[in-house]
Amino acid sequence: MKGGGPVIPNFGGGSAHSLTCVKNNGLFCWSWFSSNWSGTLWPALRQHVVLVVIAVVIGFAIAMLLALLAHRYRPVEQPVIAFTSFLYTIPSLAFFELLVGVPGLGLSRATAEVALVSYTLLILFRNILTGLRNVPLEVLDAARGMGMSPRQTLLRVELPLALPAIIAGLRIATVSTVALATIAALVDNEGLGVPIISGINNYYFKTELIAGGALAVLLAITADGLLVGAQRLLTPWSRMRSA
Amino acid sequence: MDSSLDRDANRDQGNARGGDASSALELELRNVQKRYPGRREAAIPDLSLTVPAGEVCVLVGPSGSGKTTAMRLINRMIPLTGGDILLGGRSVLQRDPTELRREIGYVIQQVGLFPHLTVHDNIATVPKLLGWSKERIEPRVRELLELISLDAEIGRRYPHQLSGGQRQRVGVARALAADPPLMLMDEPFGAIDPINRATLQEGFLALQRQVRKTVVFVTHDIDEAIKLGDRIAILREGGMLAQYATPAEILDNPADEFVADFVGADRALKRLGLATLADVKLPPMNGDKPAGDVPVTMSVRDALAAVLAAGGQPLRVLGDDGEVRGLATLEAIGHVFDGSSGQLPDSVHAQAAAEQR
Repeated sequence: MKGGGPVIPNFGGGSAHSLTCVKNNGLFCWSWFSSNWSGTLWPALRQHVVLVVIAVVIGFAIAMLLALLAHRYRPVEQPVIAFTSFLYTIPSLAFFELLVGVPGLGLSRATAEVALVSYTLLILFRNILTGLRNVPLEVLDAARGMGMSPRQTLLRVELPLALPAIIAGLRIATVSTVALATIAALVDNEGLGVPIISGINNYYFKTELIAGGALAVLLAITADGLLVGAQRLLTPWSRMRSA
Repeated sequence: MDSSLDRDANRDQGNARGGDASSALELELRNVQKRYPGRREAAIPDLSLTVPAGEVCVLVGPSGSGKTTAMRLINRMIPLTGGDILLGGRSVLQRDPTELRREIGYVIQQVGLFPHLTVHDNIATVPKLLGWSKERIEPRVRELLELISLDAEIGRRYPHQLSGGQRQRVGVARALAADPPLMLMDEPFGAIDPINRATLQEGFLALQRQVRKTVVFVTHDIDEAIKLGDRIAILREGGMLAQYATPAEILDNPADEFVADFVGADRALKRLGLATLADVKLPPMNGDKPAGDVPVTMSVRDALAAVLAAGGQPLRVLGDDGEVRGLATLEAIGHVFDGSSGQLPDSVHAQAAAEQR
């Protein structure tokens, strides 16, 4: 199944093997975790962040463009929904492997990103479009009646008012991309998927699997928290509403 | 282009202290027609009327009479299909629509404040669009908050933190921000409860006495039209103008049965609301003990109600300085329409009736 190099990392050199809990195959070996943090886990975490950030940023840019188009020209919506829903339904394992066969992609970060970006589009597109469409009609009427051009209405009224929906979409897209990006290790030997897959393949020693999974969960929670914080900063009016 | 810039600059300077009559412009609708594609009947077949600078013209009529359509044609929210509209003698069709709209105050029933902007920033919307400096916007916003009797502190709040009445006042302040020569108001008090509506109407009249804008005000409520309008345009179904006249004229001489019906069977009473006791020939005090006192600034209608409430007993009428002006009796009020002229003077918009309520 694997065309690339080995996905099982060494355990941080011979010294790691001498740790007692590695020999005992305990459920979680803290000393393995700490001795492999700087050499294996921390780099994997950083790679994972890069994978997710690139995917969400590109996905957001594409979804925003499509949503603005669909907002202006209604007939654009249905084809975009159909196509992004189709992408969203492709089983991720199959999708990554299929993309490897595409000329120019192969086993690379680009392959991983194409798949990850594809999975963000549906959620981001729908949320951005919903946010833009939920701006109250009387607010749009007032904006136009006071002499805002369509562009000024978009930038000064519609996008700011769509922000809560947009950020809600970004939160879902980010959290799900953090999870999906672990599978990307199959085609692009980096990220938290590497220790996870290694842990799956190791019948006895599960610390890697648990460490990789836990770091992914922590990363998702942190990213979500950062986005919640960003929303509070960017939308003071809605914060005061709930207060 | 240059001359319009000059005019804007003059106007803004002129208005630095609350407004003056020079900032209002005459509005003329000339054979205005609106047809919608695919409909045989025109929404508005042929409407002509002129609103003198600084006057309030109320468009009133049942639903389907095209009153809101007529208003929205003025700032080109809806495109005209015939005729012309002139603001200060200049056709609105020759203007860029967004530029035109920045020069026309716009207030709608649902207010449409921007929920993501503070009251201050809402009011500053049009000045910002016009590229005013911060130094010019700040005092203007403070001045407007004062004009609508809201604390400067409220400027930092968001619209959802205001009451319905406050929101509507902010909507009016926002429309006035760049000192437009014309204000369009589409049922601005329609969604407000009756008590607050009366307060807002008084506030509107007081404000209008200060800023003297040309105002086109749409309502379906004839009482509101009588109370607020210098002139009333009554429209009937199909966008026809049934009558365009002052409130007193409409109540005294309704043009046809439709207008008479629309103003209601109690139009004599409504007419009494437009005059004050100062307009009535009052009999002198005759030694009887009056059942109470009423001010001479009271509307004849309210005085009639007061006399009836006193069991038909006469009431003593007092002037501003407390001197006795005579007696308000049922008989005096009953003969109010008999005078030599046969007509009551119309003094409501002078202010008396508005102020005493």
